[in-house]
Amino acid sequence: MALFSKLKESLTKSRDGFIGKVTQLVAVTHKIDEEFFEELETIMLQADMGVAVTTRLISELRTEAKKQRLKEPGQIKALLSSQMEEMLGGPVPLNVNTQGLTVYLVVGVNGVGKTTTIGKMAHSLIRDQKKVLLAAADTFRAAAIEQLEIWSERTGVEMVKHQAGSDPAAVVFDAIQAAARRGIDHLIIDTAGRLHTKSNLMEELRKIRRVISRELPGAPHEVLLVLDATTGQNAIRQAELFKEATEVTGIVLTKLDGTAKGGIILAIKEELDIPVKLVGTGEGSEDLKAFSGRDFLEALFDEGDAE
Amino acid sequence: MLLEGLAERLQNTFKKLRGKGKLTETDINEAMREVRLALLEADVSLPIVKSFIQRIKERSLGAEVLESLTPAQQIIKIVDQELTQLMGAEQGKAQFSTTGDATVFMLAGLQGSGKTTTAGKLALYYRKQGHQPLLVGVDVYRPAAIKQLEVLAKQVNVPFFSLGEQVSPLKTARASLEQAKAQGCDLIIIDTAGRLQIDTVLMEELAQLKGILSPQETFLVVDSMAGQDAVNVARSFNEDLGLTGVILTKLDSDTRGGAALSVKAVTGCPIKFIGMGEKLDALEPFYPDRMAARILGMGDMLSLIEKAQASFDQQKAQELERKLRKAEFTLDDFLEQIGQVRSMGSLDQVLGMIPGLGNVKQLRQIKEGFDEKDFGRIEAIIRSMTPGERRDTGIITGSRRRRIALGSGTTVQDVNRLLKQYDQTKKMFKQFGENISGKAGRKAKPFKLPF
Repeated sequence: MALFSKLKESLTKSRDGFIGKVTQLVAVTHKIDEEFFEELETIMLQADMGVAVTTRLISELRTEAKKQRLKEPGQIKALLSSQMEEMLGGPVPLNVNTQGLTVYLVVGVNGVGKTTTIGKMAHSLIRDQKKVLLAAADTFRAAAIEQLEIWSERTGVEMVKHQAGSDPAAVVFDAIQAAARRGIDHLIIDTAGRLHTKSNLMEELRKIRRVISRELPGAPHEVLLVLDATTGQNAIRQAELFKEATEVTGIVLTKLDGTAKGGIILAIKEELDIPVKLVGTGEGSEDLKAFSGRDFLEALFDEGDAE
Repeated sequence: MLLEGLAERLQNTFKKLRGKGKLTETDINEAMREVRLALLEADVSLPIVKSFIQRIKERSLGAEVLESLTPAQQIIKIVDQELTQLMGAEQGKAQFSTTGDATVFMLAGLQGSGKTTTAGKLALYYRKQGHQPLLVGVDVYRPAAIKQLEVLAKQVNVPFFSLGEQVSPLKTARASLEQAKAQGCDLIIIDTAGRLQIDTVLMEELAQLKGILSPQETFLVVDSMAGQDAVNVARSFNEDLGLTGVILTKLDSDTRGGAALSVKAVTGCPIKFIGMGEKLDALEPFYPDRMAARILGMGDMLSLIEKAQASFDQQKAQELERKLRKAEFTLDDFLEQIGQVRSMGSLDQVLGMIPGLGNVKQLRQIKEGFDEKDFGRIEAIIRSMTPGERRDTGIITGSRRRRIALGSGTTVQDVNRLLKQYDQTKKMFKQFGENISGKAGRKAKPFKLPF
């Protein structure tokens, strides 16, 4: 399975880090005691899973271990895996408007990989014979429009743009009009990176969202928050505030090809119930995969014997 | 707000210790566990946390704490000292060439950490100090990255150089040395492509770039929102490249910024600058002691004082201080303060610098009650009052409130809310005033610790 092995490949580092440590811990520990749980807690925190999730999982592990009279630390690992799988839930595909134009709005803080993600999404939709239009609504950052333009040339996808510094909501308005006229299947809107704490910029996003809903009832069909896998606990705040402003429907977790552990997605699922829908695993146009909690965990827990 | 979450946790921890005449080892263990979780929650790397806690605990178990009358204060002092030490003893300054050749600064880091924006900011920062920077773009991988640097160069009004995306970064780098000479530039700032620290090919490219340029400064640009992985990234870049400094970006977010601690501890390199916004002048020197004070919730007093000095009238400030101490603070002063405070930056930024913000309940209520946009309304309400009413809000009766509301185009509720906020502010300033003046005869402490 291509997806599986790619995920596994990109998670190798996570596994070396996280599972390696759990396995090591399991191997050197002979009984389940306080020290064992404390070490386990430490390992989970180091995977960026956050104090809240870690505390909950550990307390559940404790209760279960007692109830099932588990004596072997090895049994704990299986238990932990099933707990995490339950938390992540089943795969959630991208929402598609079967009645016509589908609009995806892509948001996130600076430098997480929004434009690159959009390039990859366009590439994948084109491969599925869809008519795609890109909207360059990042009118703020220097050369952001040019960056998206290069992706539009690379993927052979049309693009709507205005001058740098113009009103992004106006770009979005024009893009929706153009998409309707040209019989486009998927419109993907790139927005400027913004810190979730800048209330005026979040207000601008709200306005963009309002314009979309007004021009096309039912849209946007997805509001995708792009999250950098190397982000720590602040990712929860990002998700919280972007959700508040734009009703985020899914997360794209990028840069999973690095050494980052990606544990933060569990914390976000736990606290905000936003599913991860896509995973970015590199800089190439093919390096975007559908996310599935099961695959993610299988790759995470797999010891490398099954392919 | 910057690291505020951590401050709150530490404050809560030490609240538990307060009031105990003598601490036992169990007390200290409990406090250390809280501190440990707080640091982890703030994204400080685990090994760093462990050694940090170990040091704090050893010192806390010493006589200076156990036999002190105020053990919690002592522990805070220790945490503060250790935190400051961990972040570097002093503020770093950039190294410049002493041979007469152009100085070279090289920027490296992961994708999206903010290298290109930082390059533009550095160029502006040093141009303002009388240098002639040349911005050099060698990011041939990310689409339009070189174009982005070129646009930034124009914005900060410095020359830009690149041989384009078709030419190898090494060739551009070599040519940039000649270019700097030809254009009379004394500082080359080179923006490299973002890369993963495990990408051996691209890491080798960086090492070669460094060999060609022999930079005085090799900066690692680190996103302050980074998690536990920051420590691995910093270690690899340092091992492969030999870093001389760190630039921490996106600190204008609400990240707790534990990555700052980790990166410093792992590389041993000083954090030389921090990025505080998207505007190109939002680059500031890093002050470890200020950061530690902020982590402890003592507020960034020094920054506040500096900002205040820049925008406050000296005489007015003295007059205000006198009024604050005597709680003679009237609505007229309030109005004037609003004007001055607004010239210092957003209310959030200013309030964040006031000591003990995390713990002062009234202040928090005020903060929640205030919206930046409300300022205009407040001004209108106060201006609709008679001078007598502004001096003594006690005389404002129901019918006066209605008149004021009509006059300012607001509602009676708005007027009521303002009066309530004013009362709270007055009370709070009175407390601060007492702390500022201190008890008679004793050398005044700058402020009372809020725990």
